[in-house]
Amino acid sequence: MSRMQRRVQQGDERVFLSLRAVLMIGLAILFLFPIVFMFVASFKTDETELLTSVRSVEAFLPVGQLGLENYQGVFDRVPAPQFIFNSLITTFATVILGLIVNSMAGFALSRLHWRGRDGVLTVIIATLIVPFETIAIPLLFVVIRLPWIWFSPETGLQLEWGWLNTYHVQVLPFVVNAFSIFLFVQYFKSLPIDFDEAARVDGASWFAIYRRVILPLSGPVIATVAILTFLPMWNAYLWPLMVTQTEAIRPVMVGLQYFFQLNVAWGEIMAYLSLITVPVLVLFLLLQRAFVESIAASGVKG
Amino acid sequence: MSAPAAPARAPRTAAVAHRGDAKWGWLMAGPAIVLVITFLIAPFVMAFWLSLTNARLISPNAPEFTGADNFTRLLGVQLLTLDPERDAAGAIVLDEAGAPSYPSIRSFTRNKETFPQYAGMQEWFTVGLGDTRHVVLASDTVFMKSLVNTIAFAIVIVPLQSAFGLLLALLVNRRTRGVNAFRTIYFIPVVMSMVVISILWKFLYSPNEGMVNSFFSAITLGAFQSVDWLGNPTTALPAVMFMSMWQAVGFHMIIWLSGLQTIPPELYEAAGLDGAGRVAAFRNVTWPGLRNTSVFILITITIAAFGLFTQIDVMTRGGPLDATSTVVYQAVQQGFRTQDMGYGAAISVVFFVLVLIVALIQRRLTREARG
Repeated sequence: MSRMQRRVQQGDERVFLSLRAVLMIGLAILFLFPIVFMFVASFKTDETELLTSVRSVEAFLPVGQLGLENYQGVFDRVPAPQFIFNSLITTFATVILGLIVNSMAGFALSRLHWRGRDGVLTVIIATLIVPFETIAIPLLFVVIRLPWIWFSPETGLQLEWGWLNTYHVQVLPFVVNAFSIFLFVQYFKSLPIDFDEAARVDGASWFAIYRRVILPLSGPVIATVAILTFLPMWNAYLWPLMVTQTEAIRPVMVGLQYFFQLNVAWGEIMAYLSLITVPVLVLFLLLQRAFVESIAASGVKG
Repeated sequence: MSAPAAPARAPRTAAVAHRGDAKWGWLMAGPAIVLVITFLIAPFVMAFWLSLTNARLISPNAPEFTGADNFTRLLGVQLLTLDPERDAAGAIVLDEAGAPSYPSIRSFTRNKETFPQYAGMQEWFTVGLGDTRHVVLASDTVFMKSLVNTIAFAIVIVPLQSAFGLLLALLVNRRTRGVNAFRTIYFIPVVMSMVVISILWKFLYSPNEGMVNSFFSAITLGAFQSVDWLGNPTTALPAVMFMSMWQAVGFHMIIWLSGLQTIPPELYEAAGLDGAGRVAAFRNVTWPGLRNTSVFILITITIAAFGLFTQIDVMTRGGPLDATSTVVYQAVQQGFRTQDMGYGAAISVVFFVLVLIVALIQRRLTREARG
């Protein structure tokens, strides 16, 4: 190869690399600009200024009147702490119960030998093909007819029909997740079986083995399932829209509709959006690797 | 006791090890089994049963079996051929503007005695061939439009989103520090709520204070005429398509990326030695290596596209003129908002059939891929 040719090739390479860099930066701007705008606009207290700022780069710069009034406005307009609390309760309850129920099922379906096991596993895997949208409407029909029993010291045991407008209607239908069970089964199968047999011969019960031998070794799959449960629960919309009717029980995403009643104040809307999004984004940036790997895991089931 | 003892011992250990498995198996899988039956299998079976009844969401009356009524109401389609009106001499009657005049569609759809097959239907669309008009009538024109919108959404989204996802994956498929930051940025919308994103984009698309209009106006030096992106029936669905891709493409970038990383680097080295350029290396090494990934990506995008709901509910409520209504949106409108459970369930069943068809195609394709 002559020196001339090499120089041309290096030149080509340089053009290619800089084109690539320009494209990557352009795309980064495309993905970031709405989010940057949301966050910056949430501090702009003058609504007219905010609305005219979109005509220039000022939309992304903290200029003009700045302050926390929009956040104050959010708390005046809606019971935001209540919405956030509701979302936290339902999300964490689903994550915790989901981890327990799905990992126990995954354990029974991978490390125990019992008749009916393969049938149960097949049925659970088969349900993966049913999207939630298919069953949402009939599920609504089911939950408004289910009984609920609870205990209060004043009235004793109480029985009530219908699950609408409760925390448990937002939690229990999402505790079991066929994909989580599948992930646990795959992971548990990869752990050596000698652990169980040694512990069995020592007289440990199956539950003890699950608790003390298997779960302590399952950190990665627990993290994956927790993340895959957390995100859709925090972001839930369709189901809580149908089953919640009061502010006392509504989660953050359904709470958004209150901002479009009466006068629409975009500054306040941006403040509320930032309030419910930024914590998740921070969590994502901190646990980036775990998030990306978990979500990628949901893509390799094929 | 050496030779016979060894094989005899192993099964005994296994027998000890697995004593009581059945009890513990059912006990530990029990909660999951009960929940799957209650919240997945029961509603799924009920969707089929409810779709054959006139059940209401809340009603003192027990649902009555109505057979295929819901499906006829949902999917009923008739072709009506209209010839221009002619006078006694057989010449076409022209109206004041000089156009041929036709019998009104209502004279067919509101005439139960003579035309029971057209009763209650509405015009879905009309094709004119020569002087004859072919009118396609549907019993539920809104659902028909929703079905078409849903399929159109999928047909546009599937190739575009997978191609952009692959482009992003190729851009960030390097293990350098800087590149990692870009990967993270492209992925951010995936962890955000679709509701939040829909509201953001609703604002960006708005006719007066929308950033999309100001952007186009700035790059054309003011020549661009402001568009009401979500308020115009021709731009509303494309606008929803764009923001949906913006949200989800990072997810498919990650899946493509994991596919790319299964391709052994030696293949690229070999291609390089053979003098293959970037394009040739992509054609002969990268693309064949991504076969399984691509099938998976096509299927996940298709099924997600069929489920289009949140964006529509938040941004357009199906409008303008039903231009963005979708199958799932109609299921929620009918089954929940108008409490017509039987009809909503029928829509859910149709939706499931759509998904099932896609899943069967996936099985075909993956089987072919495996040889």
